[in-house]
Amino acid sequence: MADQAPLTLLCLFLPFLAALLAPAAVRRFGHGGSWALAAAPFLSFLHFLTFLPQISAGEVVTGGYAWVPSLNLSFSWFLDGLSLTFALLITGIGTLIVLYSGGYMKGHPQQGRFICFILLFMGAMLGLVVSDSFLMLFVYWELTSITSFLLIGFDHEREAARRSALQALVVTGLGGLSLLAGLIFLWNMTGVTQLSLLVHVDDTLRQSPFYLAALLLLLGGAFTKSAQFPFHFWLPNAMEAPTPVSAYLHSATMVKAGVYLLMRLSPVMGGTAAWEILLPFFGGVTLIAGTLLAIRQTDLKLMLAYTTMASLGLLVMLTGFGAPHAVEAAVLYLVAHSLFKGALFMVAGLVDHEAGTRDLTKLGGLRRLMPITFAAALLAALSMGGLPLFIGFLAKEEIYYALAHGDLRSIVFTLVAIVGNGLMFVAGFAVALKPFLGPHVETPKHAHEGPVLMWLGPAVLAGLGLLGGILSAVTHHFISTPMASAVAGEPTLVEISTIPHLGMPLLLSVVTVAFGVIVYLQLERARDMMIRVLAAIGSGPDRGFDHVVSGLVRFSVAATRIVQPGRLEIYITVTFILLALTLLVPPFVYGEWPAMPTWPDEVLFHEWAIFLLALIGLGALLRANDRLTAIVSLGIQGFAVAVIFLLFGAADLSFTQFMVETLSVVILALVMTRLRLSPRDHRPPRQFGFDAVISVACGLGFTLLLMKATQLPFNMQLTEFFNAYSKVIAHGANVVNVIIVDFRGTDTLGEIGVVMITGLAVLALIRVRLRNPLPGPRADAPVEGDRL
Amino acid sequence: MNTLILRTVAPPITALMLVFSVFVLLRGHNEPGGGFIGGLIAASALAIYGIAYGVSAVRRAIRFHPMSIAGFGLLLSTLSGFVSLFAGVPFMTGLWIYPSFFGVEVPLATVISFDIGVYFVVVGSIASIALALEERETD
Repeated sequence: MADQAPLTLLCLFLPFLAALLAPAAVRRFGHGGSWALAAAPFLSFLHFLTFLPQISAGEVVTGGYAWVPSLNLSFSWFLDGLSLTFALLITGIGTLIVLYSGGYMKGHPQQGRFICFILLFMGAMLGLVVSDSFLMLFVYWELTSITSFLLIGFDHEREAARRSALQALVVTGLGGLSLLAGLIFLWNMTGVTQLSLLVHVDDTLRQSPFYLAALLLLLGGAFTKSAQFPFHFWLPNAMEAPTPVSAYLHSATMVKAGVYLLMRLSPVMGGTAAWEILLPFFGGVTLIAGTLLAIRQTDLKLMLAYTTMASLGLLVMLTGFGAPHAVEAAVLYLVAHSLFKGALFMVAGLVDHEAGTRDLTKLGGLRRLMPITFAAALLAALSMGGLPLFIGFLAKEEIYYALAHGDLRSIVFTLVAIVGNGLMFVAGFAVALKPFLGPHVETPKHAHEGPVLMWLGPAVLAGLGLLGGILSAVTHHFISTPMASAVAGEPTLVEISTIPHLGMPLLLSVVTVAFGVIVYLQLERARDMMIRVLAAIGSGPDRGFDHVVSGLVRFSVAATRIVQPGRLEIYITVTFILLALTLLVPPFVYGEWPAMPTWPDEVLFHEWAIFLLALIGLGALLRANDRLTAIVSLGIQGFAVAVIFLLFGAADLSFTQFMVETLSVVILALVMTRLRLSPRDHRPPRQFGFDAVISVACGLGFTLLLMKATQLPFNMQLTEFFNAYSKVIAHGANVVNVIIVDFRGTDTLGEIGVVMITGLAVLALIRVRLRNPLPGPRADAPVEGDRL
Repeated sequence: MNTLILRTVAPPITALMLVFSVFVLLRGHNEPGGGFIGGLIAASALAIYGIAYGVSAVRRAIRFHPMSIAGFGLLLSTLSGFVSLFAGVPFMTGLWIYPSFFGVEVPLATVISFDIGVYFVVVGSIASIALALEERETD
C-alpha cells in the first residue's frame, strides 16, 4: 500500500485548518458557508473509510513523525478497530453537525466563531482517539476540555452559561491532571510511552504493586470526562451550550473519551478484581441515577442529557463487567448510542428552533407540521428503545447475553440494566413522541419544517441506525468485530443478528419494553414522584461544587493575606531574619565555627586609616539624626570597603564597588525625596532594638561565613584554568572580564536581561505612584506604614 | 538643584565621565574595566547632569528613552551570541577578526560587541530609574 502517512497527517489537521477559515467563510457566504466548511471533516471521513478493509482484516495501521527523538517523543497515530470507529464517528457526525450549525445558528452574529470552535473541538477529539504516544493523548485530552469550555460558554453574556463552562472545565481539568499522573505511572511501570506498545505488555501492569494507584488515577480521568457519578453534575449543566454542541460534544463524542480510555486500557488493565468491582459499580449507579433524573425533566434537552449520562454509565458498566459478550455489547451500544442520541439531540434543537420552546408540556401535535423531523425522531427513538430491526436492538440483545447468568452479581446487574434500559426507553419516546402526537398546542413560534441543513443530520443518523441493524453482517464485519477485538485484546467475533430468536435475552428485552411502556403511560405520576424524592434528598453534588469553589476562594484570600500582607517592612524583616538563620544555624548545628584569626604582626599605617574610615562611617550612621545623613554615612563605610578591595588586588571588584556605592547613595537619596518620607526615624525603641538584633545577626553571620571560607582548603582548579587559558583562547588579559563576556557569556546575557527587567519594574512602580499620588493622610505617614 | 557651582561644573564633568566610561569599556578586556563598570560610570554622569539641569535636559540630550537604550543593548548582546551560529560553533563562542586601519591592526570580536551591549543595558536601566526618580511634578 502506498505511504499514506502524509495524507493521514493532513486529515488529522484538516479540522484545524477549516477552523481557521470558518470566520472568514461565514462572513463571506453567510450560513451557506457551512456547506464548504463541512467538506473538511467529510474529506477526513472519506480518508478514514479507506482504512476499513485493512482494519477489518485484523491489521493495525501506525504512522507518525519523530518529534523530539532524544526524549522518545513522537507525533504518531495508531489505528485499530477502536480508534478507527471513533474517528469515523467524529468526522462523520462532525460533518453533519457543521451543516446543522449552519442552519441552527443562521443569522447569529457570532456564527463564524461558533463553527470555528466546533471544528477546533473536532480536530482535538480526532487527535485524542488516534493518538499513539501518551503525551499526545494528554495534550488532545486537555484540548477537548478547553474547546468544550469555549463552546459551553459560547453564550457568554448569560451567567448560567459562564458558570457551567467553568464547572465543566474545572471538573474535566482536574480529571485531566489525574489522567496525566496515571499515564506517568503507566510509563514508569512499563517503560513504554506508546499505546501501540502498551498492548503488548502482558501481565506486568496487573501484577505491579502500583496497579491500584495507577488504576484509580486513570479512572479519575475517565470518570470525570464521561460524567460518571459522582462527577456527573457538569454534564446536564453543559446543556447551556447551543444544541449542536450538546449533540456533538455532550452525547456523541467528547463524553465518550473516558469510555474510550477505559476500552483502550481494558486489554492490559482489565480483568482484575478492582477493575470488575469499580467499573460496574460506578457505571451501574450512574445508569440508575441518570435515568431517574431523566424522567423527572420536562425540558427535551435535559431529558436527553440525563439519558446520555445513564448511557455512559451503562457503557462503563459493560466495559468493566468482564463476562463474555460484555465487550461486544459495549461496542455495539457505543455505536448505536452515538447514532440515536446525536439524532435525538438534533431533533430537540430543531423543535426548539422551529417552535420556540423545548418544554414537553408546551408542545404537541407537531407531526403534520414537521413530518421529516418526526420521522427521524421516531427512527432514533426506536433504536434507543432497542426494538427489532434497529442497531439499538443488537446492542440490547448483546447486553442481556452478557449479563444474564445465574450468579448473584449477574442477577443484580441484569436488574440494573432492565430498569435503566426501560427508563431510557421512556425518555427516548417522550422526546420523540410527546411533541409530535396529540392535539396541536399553540407554541411561541409558528412551527413548520426546518431547513434541509437542519433535518439532514438527524435523518441521516436515524437512517443509519436502521440500516446498521438490518445489514448487521456488514456492521459486524467492518465495525463491531474489529472494535471488539481491539477492546478485548484478542480476536473476537460479533455475530448477533437483528432477527429475534427465542431465548433468555429476548425475554429480557420483552420485559424491558413492557416495563418501559407501563412507565411511559404513567409518566406524569413518575415525574411527580421523582420530584418529591429529589426534594427529600436535598442538595446534590452540583451544590457541593459551589461550596468547594467558594471555600477555595476564601482559603486563598486568607492565605494571601498572611503571605502577602503588602507591607514592605514585613517583607524585609522576614527576609533578613531568614538570612540570619541560614547563616547562623548550620554552624551551630554542625559545630563548625571558624577558628579565631590571629592578630597580624604588623599593621601598616594606611591600613589603620582605612579601618578608621570605616568605623567613622559606622559611627556617623548610628548617630545620624535624619535619614539622608544615614544614607551618606553608609556610603563612607562602602568606600572604605572598596579601598580594602583595591589594596588586596581586586581592581575590578573595587572599581565596581565604588560605582555601586555612589549610585546607591544617589538613588536612595532620590527615593527618599520621591516617597516624601519623614526625614526622621520614628521607630519606637523596642522595634529599634529588634531591628538592631537582626542586622547584627546578619553581619555576624556573613563575617563568620567568610572567615570559615578562607580557612578551608581552596580549590584552585578553576583559577588555574582561567589563568592558563584566558589569554590563549579568549585573547584577554583581564581574567575577570574574560569570564564575564566570554567563558560565562550566557550567564551574563541572563543577568543583563534581569537588569533590564528590574529597570522596567522600577519604572512601572514609579509611574504608578506618579499617577496615583497617595491620598492626603497617608502621604505624611511615617515609613513604617508606607508601602512601596 | 539650583547651585551655581554645580551648574558650572556639571557639563565638563559629565562629558569627561562619559568619555572615561567608553575608555573603561574598551580597555576592559586586558585591564580592569568592562561594560558593567563603564555603564555604571555613564549612568552616574547622566544622573549628575540631571541633578544640575533637570531631567528634561537629560532626556533631550540622550534623544532616546533610556529603556530603549537598554533594549538595544540587550538585542546587541543577544545577536553577538548568535553570530557563532553562522560559523557553525556553539552559541556565544567568541569570534575574532583582525582588520587593519591605517596600518594598525585592530582586533575586533563578538565579545566586544557583547560587552558594548552590556554597557548599554546598564546605562539604560540605571539611568531610567534615576531619571524617573529625579523627575518632579514641578519639573
